[in-house]
Amino acid sequence: MSDSRNFVLGVYDDEDVLLKAVKSVRGAGVKIDEVYTPFPVHGLDEELGYKRSRLPIAAFMFGALGTTLAVIMQVWMLGVDWPMIIGGKNHVAFPDFIPVTFEMTVLLAAFGMVGTFLVASDLKPWKDPKMLDLRITDDKHVMAIDLGKNRGVEADKINSILKDSGAVEVNDKEVED
Amino acid sequence: MSEERFDFNPGIRKKIFIAAILGVVLIILGNIFQPKGHGEEHGDEGTHTEQVADTGHEEAGDHDTEGDHDQGDDHGAADAGHGAEADGHGGGHGEKGWFSRLKADLWINNVYFVGLALIGLFFFAIQYAAQAGWSAYIIRVPLSMAHWLPYAGVLMIVLFFLVKGDIFHWTHHDLYDPASPNYDALIDGKKGFFFGPGMSTDGLPIFYLLRMVVFFGVWVFLFRKLRSLSLVEDELGGHSYWRKMRSISAIFLVIFAVTSSISAWDWVMSIDTHWFSTMFGWYVFASWFVTGLAFITLAVVFLKEAGYFPNVNMSQIHDLGKFVFAFSIFWTYIWFSQFLLIYYANIPEESVYFVERLMSDKYAPFFFANIFMNFFFPFLILMTRDAKRLFVFLKIACTVVIIGHWIDFYLMVTPGTMGESGHFGLTEMGTFLVFGSAFMFVTLTALAKNALVPKNHPMLEEAKHHHI
Repeated sequence: MSDSRNFVLGVYDDEDVLLKAVKSVRGAGVKIDEVYTPFPVHGLDEELGYKRSRLPIAAFMFGALGTTLAVIMQVWMLGVDWPMIIGGKNHVAFPDFIPVTFEMTVLLAAFGMVGTFLVASDLKPWKDPKMLDLRITDDKHVMAIDLGKNRGVEADKINSILKDSGAVEVNDKEVED
Repeated sequence: MSEERFDFNPGIRKKIFIAAILGVVLIILGNIFQPKGHGEEHGDEGTHTEQVADTGHEEAGDHDTEGDHDQGDDHGAADAGHGAEADGHGGGHGEKGWFSRLKADLWINNVYFVGLALIGLFFFAIQYAAQAGWSAYIIRVPLSMAHWLPYAGVLMIVLFFLVKGDIFHWTHHDLYDPASPNYDALIDGKKGFFFGPGMSTDGLPIFYLLRMVVFFGVWVFLFRKLRSLSLVEDELGGHSYWRKMRSISAIFLVIFAVTSSISAWDWVMSIDTHWFSTMFGWYVFASWFVTGLAFITLAVVFLKEAGYFPNVNMSQIHDLGKFVFAFSIFWTYIWFSQFLLIYYANIPEESVYFVERLMSDKYAPFFFANIFMNFFFPFLILMTRDAKRLFVFLKIACTVVIIGHWIDFYLMVTPGTMGESGHFGLTEMGTFLVFGSAFMFVTLTALAKNALVPKNHPMLEEAKHHHI
């Protein structure tokens, strides 16, 4: 196994052209590794055939965890460990617990969701970002095709498919893994 | 381009008429099966109470009070309320009759459907004031709902004179007379709000009625203005009408912010005259708003299913679903904020409101049903993205929310007017059906009258490609 990956990059300057290009490139049997855009392009996920994010499920799980922990914490603190009479209410008075429960639910859902997203996207502070083309942060869309995953298709053919699909330029790029 | 029109065909009309007739039948049945005074003491309903009443008749000769009481109840419509009220028989229960109950139901329904109509206009105004594009296709649905406003205004004033003695405790003039045994210093302190500062408390509550008339007048005036601009835009096109609607919408929103709150105090909070809550205006508004959103969603879903709105895509439906979901939570937030503060502080003059509802065998089930139907159910059902895009989930959730908020209004009005003699049954369902079918009839007639989609709305293209 080599330590580097070889990419063919199709550079586009219009998102409508890009959307059609994604369709035609995938239609020609070429696997697209990733498409980098400077802003969200509506409909790109569908064209790339991405499955829906499962992040909401994680959010729900973390939220439910927060609810449970908050209730257990308060019941234990005010009902078991140090019972106190507050305002003449029962030791375990659920209406009093709701604000804290709500906050804990939101807090854990939010933190859990951010954490899950960072882990799932392999993002970490010490990660060395591999920029395939600096212009994706400015005004160009870049379609990256990993040659290693497209051994069935010749590199020349991929180049011509990208050119035909409306790419303003087609570049090769080698990235150290 | 041929314009799309809603076809208010005889089939739909027939269904609405059947619902209305069913409503009337239910009201009549509600009268017949109204549990009589003794049912209260025995905690029984229906047949057993009837038997007790019958026995009462047979014994009328040697048991005077019993006979009188039955007489009062059997009178039916006109006298029942007063008869039973004056009677006070049955261990000081102060049993109120069927007519009082009907009056309370009429008032609940009118406030509820005024809210629906008003939210139609409010939603329309928000869309224009916020320059929203996504809603351009469906905007005529909320606008049609607002057609109920003039009818509701007339009904409100007529009903006020019909129900005031039973529903609004503060309308009794002897409360303000220091010489009277019924003198109530607290209510006397609030007389300026009802009768006008410095006005005599012997006549009509001028200030109260003036507010009612002015509010409806302003709402209807702005509604007609917005509607005519929207219709002229259909004919002439251009952006100028859209701009004008934006300005008028902004003006309406400012007025609505104040008037919706004050009308909530007037029409609902003043029932429990001693009690007050600074959250109440928001609380009623939140209840109205989520009901209105549920109704708009339901209407759009049914119209879409019937083949209308070819350009309304799932993203727009999804947005409506999110609205219902979000404002169910908003309502809960407001409801809970009001509840928690009163519960926690536990000041008698405040907590009496929840004592009447939560500590009562009659209303406690509705109290919990209210939270379940208006929070837990829509919250859990509409939580996922898929649910907001599936018609069946939207239909179930919106129906539950619409009924749930009726119960919310039932809980606001009935415990304060009927006390422990309140019931929930055929009369409530009947009045809801009658008002609902009248509201539907007016709304759908208005919807069928003009193009279903504003033809020259500048945001149509944006709405068509709405994607989330």
